[in-house]
Amino acid sequence: MTEWPLLSLVTFLPLVGAAVILTIRGEDALVARNARNVALLTSVVTFLVSLALWVHFNPETADFQFVEKAEWLPGLGVNYHMGVDGISVLFVLLSTFLTPLCILSSERAVTVRVKEYMIAFLVLETMMVGMFCALDLVPFYVFFEGVLIPMFIIIGVWGGPRRVYAAFKFFLYTLAGSVLMLLAMLAMYATATTTDIPTLMDFAFPKTMQTWLWLAFFASFAVKVPMWPVHTWLPDAHVEAPTAGSVILAGVLLKMGAYGFLRFSVPMFPDATDYFTPFVYTLSVVAVIYTSLVALAQEDMKKLIAYSSVAHMGFVTIGIFALTPQAVEGALFQMLSHGVVSGALFLCVGVVYERMHTREIAAYGGLVHRMPVYAFVFMVFMLGAVGLPGTSGFVGEFLVLLGVFRVNAWVAAFATTGVILGAVYMLYLYRRIIFGKLEKPALQGLLDLERREVLVFAPLLALVVWMGVSPASFLNVFHASVTALIEKNQVARTAAEVLVLAGP
Amino acid sequence: MDVAVVFLPLCGAFLAGFFGRRLGDTGAQLVTCGGVGLAAVLSVFIFAEVALGGGEHTVPLLTWIQSGTLDVAWALKFDTLTAVMLLVVTGVSFMVHVYAIGYMHHDPSIPRFMSYLSLFTFFMLMLVTADNLVQLFFGWEGVGLASYLLIGFWYDRPSANAAAIKAFVVNRVGDFGFALGIFATFVLFDSVHFDTIFKAAAAHAEDHMTVFGMEGHALTIICLLLFIGAMGKSAQLGLHTWLPDAMEGPTPVSALIHAATMVTAGVFMVARMSPLFEHSETALMVVTVVGASTAFFAATIGCVQNDIKRVIAYSTCSQLGYMFFAIGVSAYQAAIFHLMTHAFFKALLFLSAGSVIHAMSGEQDMRRMGGIAGRIRVTYAMMWVGSLALAGIPFFAGYYSKDIILEAAFGAPSGVGRFAFWMGIAAAFMTAFYSWRLLFMTFHGAPRADEKVMAHVHESPAVMLVPLVLLAVGALFSGFIGYETFVGESREAFWGEAIVVQAAHDAIAAAHHVPVWVKLAPLVVGIVGIALAWLFYIRLPVLPGVVASMFNGLHRFLLNKWYFDELYDFLFVRPAFALGRSLWKGGDEAVIDGIGPDGVASASRELARRFGRLQSGYVYHYAFAMIVGVAAFVTWFMLFHLG
Repeated sequence: MTEWPLLSLVTFLPLVGAAVILTIRGEDALVARNARNVALLTSVVTFLVSLALWVHFNPETADFQFVEKAEWLPGLGVNYHMGVDGISVLFVLLSTFLTPLCILSSERAVTVRVKEYMIAFLVLETMMVGMFCALDLVPFYVFFEGVLIPMFIIIGVWGGPRRVYAAFKFFLYTLAGSVLMLLAMLAMYATATTTDIPTLMDFAFPKTMQTWLWLAFFASFAVKVPMWPVHTWLPDAHVEAPTAGSVILAGVLLKMGAYGFLRFSVPMFPDATDYFTPFVYTLSVVAVIYTSLVALAQEDMKKLIAYSSVAHMGFVTIGIFALTPQAVEGALFQMLSHGVVSGALFLCVGVVYERMHTREIAAYGGLVHRMPVYAFVFMVFMLGAVGLPGTSGFVGEFLVLLGVFRVNAWVAAFATTGVILGAVYMLYLYRRIIFGKLEKPALQGLLDLERREVLVFAPLLALVVWMGVSPASFLNVFHASVTALIEKNQVARTAAEVLVLAGP
Repeated sequence: MDVAVVFLPLCGAFLAGFFGRRLGDTGAQLVTCGGVGLAAVLSVFIFAEVALGGGEHTVPLLTWIQSGTLDVAWALKFDTLTAVMLLVVTGVSFMVHVYAIGYMHHDPSIPRFMSYLSLFTFFMLMLVTADNLVQLFFGWEGVGLASYLLIGFWYDRPSANAAAIKAFVVNRVGDFGFALGIFATFVLFDSVHFDTIFKAAAAHAEDHMTVFGMEGHALTIICLLLFIGAMGKSAQLGLHTWLPDAMEGPTPVSALIHAATMVTAGVFMVARMSPLFEHSETALMVVTVVGASTAFFAATIGCVQNDIKRVIAYSTCSQLGYMFFAIGVSAYQAAIFHLMTHAFFKALLFLSAGSVIHAMSGEQDMRRMGGIAGRIRVTYAMMWVGSLALAGIPFFAGYYSKDIILEAAFGAPSGVGRFAFWMGIAAAFMTAFYSWRLLFMTFHGAPRADEKVMAHVHESPAVMLVPLVLLAVGALFSGFIGYETFVGESREAFWGEAIVVQAAHDAIAAAHHVPVWVKLAPLVVGIVGIALAWLFYIRLPVLPGVVASMFNGLHRFLLNKWYFDELYDFLFVRPAFALGRSLWKGGDEAVIDGIGPDGVASASRELARRFGRLQSGYVYHYAFAMIVGVAAFVTWFMLFHLG
């Protein structure tokens, strides 16, 4: 263990970079170049520092590690309390891993207001990392909502033609949910008189209150996941967002909702979780099948992948609420894997979008003739999304389905149809873009991946294969925390049952 | 050695795939053929050690997935079943690799092709050496991927792309069942490891489990789910539609993947799971009926197809049916025996067909062939060997393996055995018929191709002919050599623990005591089938047309492959796309967005407009509102607080 305040370092290092970028002055081109370099350097350093978290993380315990605690608002008992456990630590790494790739990938995509763009990204990174580390309701809420602001700006300023509509839709949807969460948090504070998350996890809320709190949190998290039917902001946001924005959106932001379920809903409101599980199953199964079918009909590459994200996140919510070790670990793994795979797929779309300035599937075809390397890269990520064994996508889906089968075979069966449909829409997409004759004149001059792009894709490729072949190194991190989570939930539920039986 | 046999082909695939441009065509061919060739040599040693020497063992490699009580490792299991499959897979694969050097020499992307072939071989080897269900599934999906890549190898052709997707997706439908089968296995046994579940199978023989709200016999549920997977991979009735379309791939691919190895994975899997299937009469019965029906159904279609490769494809489908009904009557050994002999003679047939296509400048339609027997003598001879073996003419490989299956079906104590037997006899008749129909249409009669093509007809180079000859040797002798060890008296010593048969089910023992007419029947119908083909296509060539118009409806029904494709298109494909579109436009955009964000936005805009109108600026408006307010307040106060 180190004595450094590692979590604060990882969280606020990007802000330092942002501050440095603020001071850059001079000619536009020069400013842009320097801003890029500083941002890249900062995010790479942040990533390297965050690796220390993984190295020093002790997977044997379910306790929070690297804990930092300082008084913040002593009058209210609010602390600046940071810490990670097996559930959150890898998401910190996912965030710090994706950010440098996003910055690197934006070199050609973003040419105006580069300085501001880089600042927005670094602030976004701080908010994301802070969100996963925060162990007090107040900082958590601040980070959770804070993520919205840079993202809103990234979509609204550097986005496509309908960016303002998309940005507002994104903002309103997520904010509407968050307001209810804020109310719930106030109610929790009023009852438990603390905002400390680990303490709240052990606090037994009355059963009726749990129901309301659960619903309020659900409103916020379900929008973030997003679950059907509050998913419609996602396709619009993705389509209009710049490539790197989509990557972060799919890679990290969607994980916030699922993370919230695991951090709040399941441990704090066990009875309500139990009560609402069929409801979540239903919405998730609908999400998996419905959005897979919708993905089939898409004509826009980004929209297709956005809808596939909703379907993939459906597996995650199923896994979380199945509450068996395999299902929950599968859900966590699926979150990581989806972060990598769908992020990479958006980057793949970005590659051709930068060259052709259209996302319409029909505008492409036969790219393999001009871009064999790209075809290979796209193929690997496509297979990851399809969940081919040996790629990361398989492990998560498999574990979730295996875990939920024991609890509810119908859910497993319906969700498995999503795996079939997933193959259909992804292979169909791939065929329309990559295969066929290269007939369209506009495509004749296309160039294959350049060195920078290869540099962006290489780590993602390695990760997809690594996670697929040797997922144990990631699953190990989950074990202790997931076991504790499930045990706690079961203990609380049995306790509640005993109370009911013993009552008058 | 154990590890090398599996990973050498992967190394070959890797080198040829990523460094193909640097290695050049010859280099790529060298590394892939070398890798697979070496693996083939090694598997001979492994066969000697494991199958003949009784040295079963497992080589652990790496932890794969570990979560809760689920513990899945990468490990290589070697027992007799694996050893037999190793021989078949590496042997045929090596032949096909060598053949492909000649067959593909015009193609611009040779390294890619060789790389895919080797990649396929790797996945297939992972499949047969798996020591748990999940690794088997890895190989299973992996060969599916390789098959997808190879069917769509000529990616400029829309039909090839469509066929590739179809193959992958239909297989996924089967995998749906396979995956659920794995889940159910885990629920029952708390393990997916073969040795563990096989040991525990007897203890759970009477267990029940509740799935989908119904309680049922646990092992029956598991076996049926797994069998759905096998049906997809092995193109059984209902999930067979992808196989004929898969012929869009280059012919070496058809020989390797869609005849000799991948499609037999389903048979292998069910044989592997014999300790579980043995405990479920129902599952065995289903396997028998599906297998027998497929054997019959595919043969009927094979009789009327005109594409040389499709005829052989339907023949494969039908032969796989034989293997399955052999399993259904618990004659697993016979199924694997037939799997092996079939691998030789069907690969031989496909590669010979490839040689014909090569000679005919790419023509595949038998109606535009004919009269080339004298021009390509070696190929012609090879085709005869393959057909004789397929039809089960005595002393050729198919004779031994097919007859033991039919005899086992007849002698089996299982009730549906007789059904399978008669279906099998009918299929045997049609097999002989369509095989010689193919031979006669392709090689005999007057040439029906144009002069340019005919002028170009030439025998294939030695690099293609040598593999043919070697496979022909297998098609000639593998049945004779293997009979005693595979299904004869020494079978139990040979198979060891790899295949478990309950004493009451032993159909092979019964097969050796069937009446003489049962033993003769397949041969008789085979000869009649050949004679009929001779009558139709040599003696009276007008007859096929007459018969076809006499039974026009039936002919059309068969020619259109029982309308399965049309049915599925109508039932699944179109509705899925239509539903997707309507959910998108109707569900997402109209309903959810309409009521949700857009609805709220326009509603609040509307509301704001109305509230805006209230602020009219006229004092009497405001005064009126105040009076109304005061009146309402007073009323409320009097009603609820004074009374």
